[in-house]
Amino acid sequence: MRSIIDAFQFIGDNLHFMLTKTVEHLALSGAAIAVSLVIAIPLGVTLGHRHRGSFLAINASNIGRALPSLAIISIGIGILGIGFINVMVAMVVLAVPPMLTNAYVAVDGVDPDAVEAARAAGMSPGQVLRQVEMPLAVPLMFAGIRTGAVYVVATATLAAIAGGGGLGDVIVNQATYGTPGVIAGALMVTALAFLVEGLFAVIQRLLTPRALRHEEGPAELLAPVIEGT
Amino acid sequence: MIAQLALPIAQGGPVIPTFQRGSNCVRENRQFCWEWFSSHWSSTFQPRLIEHIELTAIAVGIGFVIAFVTALVAYRWEWAVNPATAVFALVYTIPSLAFFQLMVPFTGLTRLSAEIALVSYTLLILFRNILTGLREVPPDAIEAAQAMGLTRRQTLTRVELPLAMPAIMAGIRIATVTIISLATVAAFIGVGGLGEPIFNAIQTGFKTQFIAAGVLAVLLALVTDAVLVVVQRLLTPWARAKVG
Repeated sequence: MRSIIDAFQFIGDNLHFMLTKTVEHLALSGAAIAVSLVIAIPLGVTLGHRHRGSFLAINASNIGRALPSLAIISIGIGILGIGFINVMVAMVVLAVPPMLTNAYVAVDGVDPDAVEAARAAGMSPGQVLRQVEMPLAVPLMFAGIRTGAVYVVATATLAAIAGGGGLGDVIVNQATYGTPGVIAGALMVTALAFLVEGLFAVIQRLLTPRALRHEEGPAELLAPVIEGT
Repeated sequence: MIAQLALPIAQGGPVIPTFQRGSNCVRENRQFCWEWFSSHWSSTFQPRLIEHIELTAIAVGIGFVIAFVTALVAYRWEWAVNPATAVFALVYTIPSLAFFQLMVPFTGLTRLSAEIALVSYTLLILFRNILTGLREVPPDAIEAAQAMGLTRRQTLTRVELPLAMPAIMAGIRIATVTIISLATVAAFIGVGGLGEPIFNAIQTGFKTQFIAAGVLAVLLALVTDAVLVVVQRLLTPWARAKVG
């Protein structure tokens, strides 16, 4: 308990420094999340809309989950050198699979009756996608986005090892910042992960059609991970 | 003063210990030196790979025992679910780099420190998969078992656990690949494993070592995942039949 208090003391005493590190952490995570979204969502949605490529889309997350983050960063350093870009690429590699798989499964699994009804009402394929499939796919799609985003924020800690900066710098340098610094860094990372998760939960709520808004909550974070292959 | 000392090293490029055996490839720090890798496989990589497998196997083994017992308790006594989930979720959120370091004051730069952290990370995954597996056993199957005169214990071991097997195996699979990933970070407190050559390479900047250790860790994770899929299919032949 004493060390937790020391950690808060540390944050208070080094507020400016900790904020700088937090901003670095968020910049790195934000860039990685943005790039991952741009890659994963259009691809997943397109494949889901066409009901094609299920093997690729579903196995992406099985393989992605197995990839060790430090190993990906290490390979990245070997190829791209030390720095921001390498770490960002590594995090994109880790964040794309859950986003892609969920986007695919979400759109692919939209009730065929709803799609058929929309077609019968004279909607073009583009309209069906934008006005029927996408809104109905929001909850499941965002589950993947949230998983990927939290993963990125947590993994960004390892960025410090590869010269990417962020809160990992504080956690790694126990020699400089002491145990309170390590705990303070860890607390900040955890808080950031929950913050990002919460942020996407809010966006999800805003994008979900009113009729589908129900029983959403933090329970989803703890939902069991069971997947067949 | 410190900056002045550090500068010549930074300007001189990475310092790579060649041990009088450096080829041109190693001296020039090219993308990947096969020759160096194959001649250092048995000294630098193979022992670390074995350590990595040991670290993972011990963590998942102990984690499974703890999670299994907790899940059985929570399955029978509903009130235990929330506190157990809360504790397991809490330790799961601690960043691994911090967790390993925070164990050092208590248990030193030892494998024990690494294993305590690694075991903690398996608990949430295994617990919720085992519990969900047990809860999703069809009530009809349990009723049928009881009607046939099976005791509570027999129902558990002969009906509920086998039917929960796919979920349990899925949990073991996810926990194992997660621990393979986190065990690379454990090298930060000097307990070996494939993270060790990675952290050494950060000191030297030696590309071949970065790539070799990284690729080995990725391969270990992917091969282990594939092996566990096969084990899962062998243990649950009925699930396979249903799909086809």
